[in-house]
Amino acid sequence: MNLLLKNARLIDPSQNRDETGLDIEIRDGKIARIGKGLKSDFDARDLKGAVVAPGFCDMHVHLREPGQEHKETIQSGLNAAMSGGFTAICCMPNTEPPVSDPFVVSFIKEKARGHLVDLAICGTMTKARKGEELAPIASLAEAGVRMISDDGSAVSNAMVMRRVFEYAKMFDLLVTQHCEEHTLTASAPINEGKISTKLGLTGWPSVAEEIIIARDILLAEYVGGVRYHAAHVSTAGSVRLIREAKARGAKVSCEVTPHHFTLTDESIETYGTQAKMNPPLRTQEDINAIIAGLRDGTIDAISTDHAPHAAHDKETDIVSAAFGIIGLETAIPIGLTQLVATGHLTLSEYIVRCSTNPRGLLGLPAIRILEGEPASMTIFAPDDRWRFAESDIRSKSHNTPFVGSEFTGRVIGTLNNGQAFWSRN
Amino acid sequence: MRQDLLTTEHLPAETTQTLLDRSDYYLELLKRPGRWTTPSWAMAKPPPISLRSQEGEPILKGYTIANLFFEASTRTRTSFELAERRLGADVVTLTPAVSSLSKGESVLDTVRVLEAMRLDAIVVRHASAGIPQFLADHLPEHVHVINAGDGAHEHPTQALLDAAEMRTALGALRGKHVAIVGDILHSRVARSNVWLLKSLGARVTFVAPETLMPRDAAEVFGIKTTTNLDEVLPTADAIMMLRIQLERQARGFFPSLEEYRAQYGMTPERMSRSKALILHPGPINHGIELDSETAYGERSLVLRQVKRGVAVRMAVLELLFSITS
Repeated sequence: MNLLLKNARLIDPSQNRDETGLDIEIRDGKIARIGKGLKSDFDARDLKGAVVAPGFCDMHVHLREPGQEHKETIQSGLNAAMSGGFTAICCMPNTEPPVSDPFVVSFIKEKARGHLVDLAICGTMTKARKGEELAPIASLAEAGVRMISDDGSAVSNAMVMRRVFEYAKMFDLLVTQHCEEHTLTASAPINEGKISTKLGLTGWPSVAEEIIIARDILLAEYVGGVRYHAAHVSTAGSVRLIREAKARGAKVSCEVTPHHFTLTDESIETYGTQAKMNPPLRTQEDINAIIAGLRDGTIDAISTDHAPHAAHDKETDIVSAAFGIIGLETAIPIGLTQLVATGHLTLSEYIVRCSTNPRGLLGLPAIRILEGEPASMTIFAPDDRWRFAESDIRSKSHNTPFVGSEFTGRVIGTLNNGQAFWSRN
Repeated sequence: MRQDLLTTEHLPAETTQTLLDRSDYYLELLKRPGRWTTPSWAMAKPPPISLRSQEGEPILKGYTIANLFFEASTRTRTSFELAERRLGADVVTLTPAVSSLSKGESVLDTVRVLEAMRLDAIVVRHASAGIPQFLADHLPEHVHVINAGDGAHEHPTQALLDAAEMRTALGALRGKHVAIVGDILHSRVARSNVWLLKSLGARVTFVAPETLMPRDAAEVFGIKTTTNLDEVLPTADAIMMLRIQLERQARGFFPSLEEYRAQYGMTPERMSRSKALILHPGPINHGIELDSETAYGERSLVLRQVKRGVAVRMAVLELLFSITS
């Protein structure tokens, strides 16, 4: 890949750098020169009005392969990530079979080889995600998993969870919990509150999330030295618990999805199954708390929880419909619209939560936009107003409520592994 | 444009009044002794709302209505069937046990099957809230959808027949106090009734143990809620007892049937402290929420509710089809 990027705004939080009008010459996939008014024989691309940032990383993605390739494959998911502006993603282990042994890790790695997008892998923390016995965590770590989780369900048994913490600590693996106390959420398709009451639906209480986060924080602190990460937090109470734990110095981190800082449970009111999520969409008060958590650093990362489902999984009633939506192609526009254009976060703060922090949590090498470094970049136009259409989706599944939404901010290109992908000409 | 009856939440009060009036009319017709015959509309007073049929012909002659019951319900299903037949419709009743419309088939598949049958209306009962709305969203414009109960969401015709009987017994419902007692959390009857009664100007109170009271119910429905049945006895004009599902005890919603009865049963002793009329959507757990003597006593509307069911459903069908024309 040889390229000359012209007139870009370069934002690299690791160097505290934010400069406009820069040219970046990329030779053989590496940053050769950064300067103003550079001349080069390479293909030039004018990036006036666009930002060049360290490649974004989505640490929570479901690729469905192996087992549910009709919803997504590793290739189609990586293509969606590339189109959405990510240079790295981490795939979750609730596949069929689950990522409970090194063979599945090797299979996934093989399928992802040579792609523009780097694929990190999350292994399970218990065998087959049953929450009963430890998964072969040492073997999984050796095979290269970056974190462990039984995502899709929580480890209910506190003793098992204690052992997961103790064992994972030996390998410094990030222990990621899907925070759901299952006895409180049985048969619940939506948040417990005014909307569930009105519609006569079983409600999913916010405390079902908070109770697991509180337990895990206490256990992790008791065990000591282990890194704990709460996946897709959705409630004000969760943000408070994590803020308090961080203030005590606990090794606790968390992520939030774009839909949880954008939509409330009112989206369900017409029984829109595209708004059925796990955890469910909450209230405006929860969104306010999440945004405050993003601002003050309580929430470390923005992840999509990209959850592809076939059309028939969603074209049904709210109780039977599958949980989750795709997110790779909408995450950056939603973030720029909801967090940056509104002034909640600066571009630099936003980039930290989409690139620096998730990579750090996964133990991936830091990206620096410096001469001599590999070109791993997300390029976006923060002020571009546009409407998201179904034709913009590269994922195999199309389950999203955001088709037709107007965004401020658009991905232009993704550069990584000596390859470039341009979403827009 | 097609009309459906999916909820009572947005049913205009005038429409409700029309339906109640028409159900009064049908109730009178149904009371006539002897074999039911198609009424001669030319002779009926008042005449039908819709004049689409030729004089002397039943107004739904030539139309096909499917009753789609995914949940067992002898009472509601039979009531709809009678109403449909008495208006002259061709009726087909599909239940999961005898048709391919079973759980294994997706709701969208069901829609396609129904579409292929060229129906004019569908009466649907399903354990999932929102199924009637889903059908209405996906079926062709000309197919009316009537909600015969969806999960714990709504049961509009039950609310209409309750209101009709209360109106007959109490007069206009404006200012009247109706207490709905029991398992509000899982009750579609409670949700449909609260909207309808409020639109008619009645005051509604939900009475339930905290475990069976939906979260934020007072705010959502704009009513009073209480855990104390004795509190409402002196002021209630009507008390609607809800059926308690016996398996709720096993699921921990209350400690025992005895304790439930002691706290929320309409016992003879409580009856003596109240002047209220008693309603129950049935079937009754005798000796738990109601005693037999209360259920069939002089202040009970229970059997009248059943009779009213057919009349109300005839009124609903008449109105929906007439609006189409």
